[in-house]
Amino acid sequence: MIQRQAERGKWDIITGNHAVAHAARLARVKVVPAYPITPQTTIVEYIADFIERGEMDAEYIRVESEHSAMAAAIGAAAVGARTFTATASQGLLLMHEVLHWAVGSRLPIGMAVVNRAVGPPWSIHVDHQDAISQRDTGWMIQFVSSNQEALDTVLMMYKVAERPDVLLPFMVCLDGFVLSHTFQPVHIPDQADVDAFLPEYRPPHWVMDPDRPITYGNLVMPEREYMEMRWSIHEAMLRAKEAIREVAGEFKRAFGRYHGDLLWEYETEDADILVVATGTLASEAEEAVDLLRSGGKGVGLVKVRSYRPFPGEEIVRLAEGRKAIVVLDRSLSFGQAGPLATDIRAALFTAGVSTPVVGFVTGLGGRDITYEDIAEIVKIAEERVKEGRLRPVEWYKLRR
Amino acid sequence: MAKTVMDLRRGPKYVLPGSAACPGCGAQIALKWVLKILEGRAIFVIPACCTSVIQGPYPKSAFKFPVYNMAFAAAASTASGMARALRAMGEEDIHVVAWAGDGGTYDIGLQALSGAAERNEDMIYICYDNEAYMNTGIQRSGATPPKAWTKTTPTGKAEMKKNMALIVAAHGVPYVATASIGYPADFLKKLKKAKQMRGFRYIQIFAPCPTGWNFPVDKTVEIAKLAVDTYVWPLFEVEHGKLKITVKPRRRPLKDYVSLQKRFRHLTDADIEELERTFLSRWEALERLEAQGTIFL
Ligand SMILES: Cc1ncc(C[n+]2csc(CCOP(=O)(O)OP(=O)(O)O)c2C)c(N)n1
Ligand SMILES: [Mg+2]
Repeated sequence: MIQRQAERGKWDIITGNHAVAHAARLARVKVVPAYPITPQTTIVEYIADFIERGEMDAEYIRVESEHSAMAAAIGAAAVGARTFTATASQGLLLMHEVLHWAVGSRLPIGMAVVNRAVGPPWSIHVDHQDAISQRDTGWMIQFVSSNQEALDTVLMMYKVAERPDVLLPFMVCLDGFVLSHTFQPVHIPDQADVDAFLPEYRPPHWVMDPDRPITYGNLVMPEREYMEMRWSIHEAMLRAKEAIREVAGEFKRAFGRYHGDLLWEYETEDADILVVATGTLASEAEEAVDLLRSGGKGVGLVKVRSYRPFPGEEIVRLAEGRKAIVVLDRSLSFGQAGPLATDIRAALFTAGVSTPVVGFVTGLGGRDITYEDIAEIVKIAEERVKEGRLRPVEWYKLRR
Repeated sequence: MAKTVMDLRRGPKYVLPGSAACPGCGAQIALKWVLKILEGRAIFVIPACCTSVIQGPYPKSAFKFPVYNMAFAAAASTASGMARALRAMGEEDIHVVAWAGDGGTYDIGLQALSGAAERNEDMIYICYDNEAYMNTGIQRSGATPPKAWTKTTPTGKAEMKKNMALIVAAHGVPYVATASIGYPADFLKKLKKAKQMRGFRYIQIFAPCPTGWNFPVDKTVEIAKLAVDTYVWPLFEVEHGKLKITVKPRRRPLKDYVSLQKRFRHLTDADIEELERTFLSRWEALERLEAQGTIFL
């Protein structure tokens, strides 16, 4: 059966943005508020084409800003529609207020974020600061490393987000230009197979309906349930870990493809050193692992697909007993450290595991990081561990 | 369907007793009429404003109609999403209403409102204008009239009030109207007309605020009437680009209106005269627009 579904559908050589647009079409989203921003723009252009050619049946709202795009998505979801939008960088930042609103309302909105640096100065190139700045909104945040993974993850996104035990919005992040504008072979599944995998959305909670009027979001006093509502979002996020695992399994059974669940591991079994990275830095790191292994070094890769919910315990289990964990962050909490490195240190410390973590901040604003760079990073990390000189941040490829 | 104001009073209630509105709240009076005319068949988006409070705290609500409370700047954008989703799901006969204060309309929500108007989204946008940010304790907005006291204009506002209804009308939307709770027959007629139409409809209703304007709570309706009769709040509609004045003011001196409200108590006679000239010249401009026929396409 897996075989047949992979045979159905079709193969094409397309960009990451095109793959995402196909996924939104296949997910039968009903409302798409759209606003352009490089390098996201072609996603909403492809969707406009699909709709105007009659290949997709959705309301397309040409909003006047990203704040309005997310607000319109919220409005659509609040009456029970499956909703998709896409943005990047400044657009995502402009949405910030209403990103929180979507979470508080427990609306399973889906979004693609094409990661791009934030200004000033203007930069349109890859950087994760945009998504990382939304870390504490309560959105599920997942990074992908190939165009196929982008398409597949958008389909899985709705399945996870809409589960009654989750009900949280979900953003799939793909690296600007490196994926968004790069052509790769992608299998575009057959509509019937997607329909079987992803049934129509039926909200399990309230919707705005004159026949069942409710007031949503009015004032809550300190001794009423505000705090409990926040707790329930946290619990839902924790349950989402299991949901992501299960849905990755269901997807594999349906389509024969598996990109990992919360994490994806490569050559970790016997590794002394683990590189931890996200997005296309992780695909580059895969090459670095091969290179280093060919030189006799026991290195493996842990790709963090799900940044929220955070696979802290899973990473701890992998980290135990290794010589070093080398973390690559393409973003920064200024004056502190790389966010991924910080989260991993916190998880290790909480579990009482003392594997040294060497956290690198690199590749900001699209600075190219190759697999050779990552091999070099691993060497620097080894030295730091040997010298016992661990610092909050190691900068790599910084010119001073 | 109910014909008179008295008939409507007897029908079902959608704004229930026990709300958290201040005594004499003009906004709540307006809201009651809107729900009566729409017979509860509407989904409301309410951005941050006094109405966020008036509905009462969770887990109760004084509103017997679906309400989605939303962030301040996002009334028209959220309502756009709802209207489109309802269309996508084949729901034809539910109204989507954006119900916002003047701050949420003239100021922070203007961009989203302009976008929705330009796209001619299928909604009724109602701005209840109490001429300041009241929820946060009386600060000036783009709707505050010149010279009025607020907490951020302690010696009186230096600027004009935006011509908001005309700004919306200039988008070329199907229907724009100003209304007043002091002239309920005119208000109800406009609501009924808006209800029959599709596309973007905008109603801006004058909602005196005893707390913010500092007047006795039993004077709300009287002040609303006086605002019309002193040319402060002209009643007109713009239907498919054609402007029509719907109520001829009864020509009362501005002094009758301002002297009832302590937000104007610092005004000298010269100030009042200047203000009167301002309102009159705006009125005359409106008459010229009416005479021109179609003004917005
Ligand atoms: C983004 C944002 N800025 C500021 C506020 C604070 N705030 C809440 S209501 C309000 C004023 C509302 O004024 P208006 O729209 O005129 O409604 P009114 O309170 O007068 O009914 C303000 C400033 C907010 N909630 N959100
Ligand atoms: Mg106000």
